[in-house]
Amino acid sequence: MTELWNGLVKAVELIISFDPEVMQIAGRSLLIAVSSAVIGSVICIPVASLIHFNRFRGKRFLVSLIQTFYSVPTVAVGLFVFVFISSAGPLGGLGILFTPTAIVVGQAILITPILLGLTISALSGVDKSILDTARSLGASGLQMAVLIVKEARFAVVAAVIMGFGRAISEVGISLMVGGNIRGFTRVITTAISLETSKGDIELSLALGIILILVALVVNIAMNRIQQR
Amino acid sequence: MILRNAARVASVLMIITLLVGLVSAIAGCSASSPARLRMATTTSLYDTGLWGYLEPMFEDKYRVELDVMYAGTGKALELGRRGDVDVITVHSRARELQFVADAYGVERVPFAYNYFLVVGPESDPAGVRGMTPEDAFRKLMDTGSGSFVSRGDDSGTHAMEKKIWKSAGYEYEAVQKAGTWYIETGTGMGPTLTMANEKQAYTLTDMGTYLAFKGKLELVPIVDRGDILLNVYSAIAVNPEKVNVKNLEMANNLISFLISPEIQGLIGEYGVEEYGLQLFTPCAGNEPIG
Repeated sequence: MTELWNGLVKAVELIISFDPEVMQIAGRSLLIAVSSAVIGSVICIPVASLIHFNRFRGKRFLVSLIQTFYSVPTVAVGLFVFVFISSAGPLGGLGILFTPTAIVVGQAILITPILLGLTISALSGVDKSILDTARSLGASGLQMAVLIVKEARFAVVAAVIMGFGRAISEVGISLMVGGNIRGFTRVITTAISLETSKGDIELSLALGIILILVALVVNIAMNRIQQR
Repeated sequence: MILRNAARVASVLMIITLLVGLVSAIAGCSASSPARLRMATTTSLYDTGLWGYLEPMFEDKYRVELDVMYAGTGKALELGRRGDVDVITVHSRARELQFVADAYGVERVPFAYNYFLVVGPESDPAGVRGMTPEDAFRKLMDTGSGSFVSRGDDSGTHAMEKKIWKSAGYEYEAVQKAGTWYIETGTGMGPTLTMANEKQAYTLTDMGTYLAFKGKLELVPIVDRGDILLNVYSAIAVNPEKVNVKNLEMANNLISFLISPEIQGLIGEYGVEEYGLQLFTPCAGNEPIG
């Protein structure tokens, strides 16, 4: 129990003292996860809308498949990306292995199923009576789509927050394609993994607490934006 | 009201802190000029803090960013074969020679050594204290009276453990199936030592990592004599003629740096003050043969 308490004290110390290395690691974690969430959202929200607003064969199966991939293991995504961008792989020429870019790519792929699936759910959840009213008032197909996305915005933002959460909390991808290089690709989760393996439990706990605080700030910010 | 204000102040502080971090992280990214040298090192040279100590000196001297990745020797060699790193520092003689013989590596340059040792609980439940490594392993196998935690991760230390089992006259597959006393962790040296400590078990470790972790452990040296326990660290530049890498010149700079008299001296002194014992003995130019 003393370890937990010491971890908490250490977290407060690190934050108050603006420990430069910890701040940089926290900032990098945030930057990478936000980038992944933004890139993922820009791609997934329109794609999810396309899936939702169109009728086609195998749609149900596709949605089930997307939902299945909610639980894809992060290390599997990490390995998949590694094989592609390794120097010996098909995209080796890009030279992005062991850079922050590689982590963003991996995380964006990781959260794609969540963003797609939850956005589809969000759009499906819009009250049918609103649609009927809009249709009776003569709304076009596109106007209807815009209206539905607008109505579903809270649930869509929830999907984005969820995706961000999965991105900032994963460790498998960051470790495998980032390499946990000090001052370059070290993020909070990989730092925790390293410090724990070095036996520094208190610092690891402190970093864990800081990770949750970072997520808290992002959530508060997102909620503020949402309420406007 | 007070609580609310406190919360507001706290959140403003957090946001400022994060912005500071964000800006420095962005600065860190954009400052990343193309001059980067990628190195994979065995965990023991990383967990002891040696690379953390040498890295800034090398970076200052050659104006380059050294990206240090830590991995077991097996993975480090694989990253070299794939061309994902420019240079490796590892400790597994036979596999290093094979790596160079297959033309993946330019040349094997030994730069430091120390010894492996078997550590275990003070009570020594299997009664193997002071034996040769082979005899100690035989007794563990015959009696099963003490647990043994193995790295089980294809690292240099794991290769050494397999070599001792072989030298003691056992097939490694038979050891793996010998019983519940034989535990494979599949993790680095630090976690393996921590687990051995929790389970009051024996384990094979390199001297450097053991000394660096000693303060957190109750494990004591049990077997530390035997020529087989020699542990030599080498640096190998990845060969651009065989593998798609571009930084041979800088990789050679790193190797020259490691075997320069000045750095060799620093390697020899590293940790002596803190741990009271030498972690690494420099050996550029004359590799000890075990």
